[in-house]
Amino acid sequence: MAREVKIYTTPTCPYCKMAKKFLDDNGIKYQEFNIVEDKAAREEMKSKCTSLAVPTICFDSEVLIGFNEAELREKLGL
Amino acid sequence: MYELIIIGGGPAGMTAAVYAARKKLNTLLISYDIGGQVLWTTGIENYMGYQFIEGLELMKKFEEQVKQFPLDMKTGEKVSSLSQTNGGFEARTDKGESYQAKAVIIAAGKRPRQLNVPGEEKLRGRGVTYCAICDGPLFAGENVAAIGGGNSALEAADDMVKIAERVYLVSLTPLTGDQILIDKVKAANNLTMFLEHEVLEIKGESRVKGIKIRDLKSKLERELDVGGIFIEIGLIPNSEPFKGIAPLNGFGEIEVSCANETGVPGLFAAGDVTNIPEKQIVVAAGEGAKAALKAHRYLQRLSE
Repeated sequence: MAREVKIYTTPTCPYCKMAKKFLDDNGIKYQEFNIVEDKAAREEMKSKCTSLAVPTICFDSEVLIGFNEAELREKLGL
Repeated sequence: MYELIIIGGGPAGMTAAVYAARKKLNTLLISYDIGGQVLWTTGIENYMGYQFIEGLELMKKFEEQVKQFPLDMKTGEKVSSLSQTNGGFEARTDKGESYQAKAVIIAAGKRPRQLNVPGEEKLRGRGVTYCAICDGPLFAGENVAAIGGGNSALEAADDMVKIAERVYLVSLTPLTGDQILIDKVKAANNLTMFLEHEVLEIKGESRVKGIKIRDLKSKLERELDVGGIFIEIGLIPNSEPFKGIAPLNGFGEIEVSCANETGVPGLFAAGDVTNIPEKQIVVAAGEGAKAALKAHRYLQRLSE
């Protein structure tokens, strides 16, 4: 099932790189938003996901703040 | 039953895994993540062989090297308890699994210390952060507080004075970081220090609105309006699951001999979770190697 996975990141964030590596390794396609440059995405992350931390990963109705491999695995059904 | 279980996948655990595999020990490595604390490090300039390397990159290289060898790995899983059994040890994990081995190396590392004040847990990821380099840019133009008096707190404060409206540096102690950083931070005109102040509470419902602090001497309390709080108050060892079995010192670190022995036959420990004096990647890697070699000798004697 193709689902729309969004990941909000900052370029200096090691956890963001880990999260992306995890998604890549598991063949999950995602859209990345660099919130340092993309102010609209920053606001979207703050308002829609009520998150103030990166990485924030959103799909379906799920919002995962931070990189937690076990949680992400479970929510993505991996 | 395995011959050896290695708990932890940072530099100590992964180096131990390579040494154990080269000794052809039937080994299981259990770790929540691969890379441990190094993953939070951006640039590394003191790991020999690399003049500069990113933490994630270095750990990828470690992982590739470990995976050259046929050993079992369980990741995304945390050991929640370790006990002694007839033939050795049993490790139970937060996923309800249990694994047995004749010998164990604990290389579980450290994690960021929390303040343990009201509001901290609830507002984590909603203004409370333990990773200034990750989340700093989100608080551009806002008031923020950096908590701590060491290099990490000073670095967070120094990063934030460039992009935040105002930065408060709150430390329980006088500043303990490097003088060069202290001078840099003191020179910023949008920074206010509250030294020898404790944090009482983090305020806010769906996001951080402020912080309540108290002067240790005058007992005067005050509230600061901040949208972000960078907590940088050091690290604590991940030794809780091993409390009953391994000897811990006053800092919660596992006490080991110079050969990584805990005093419990077959139980070894290595890296930042132990009382070794320096917490460095190169030191942890070396300790992991030593622990694996010692564990190998122990297993050899067992089978003699």
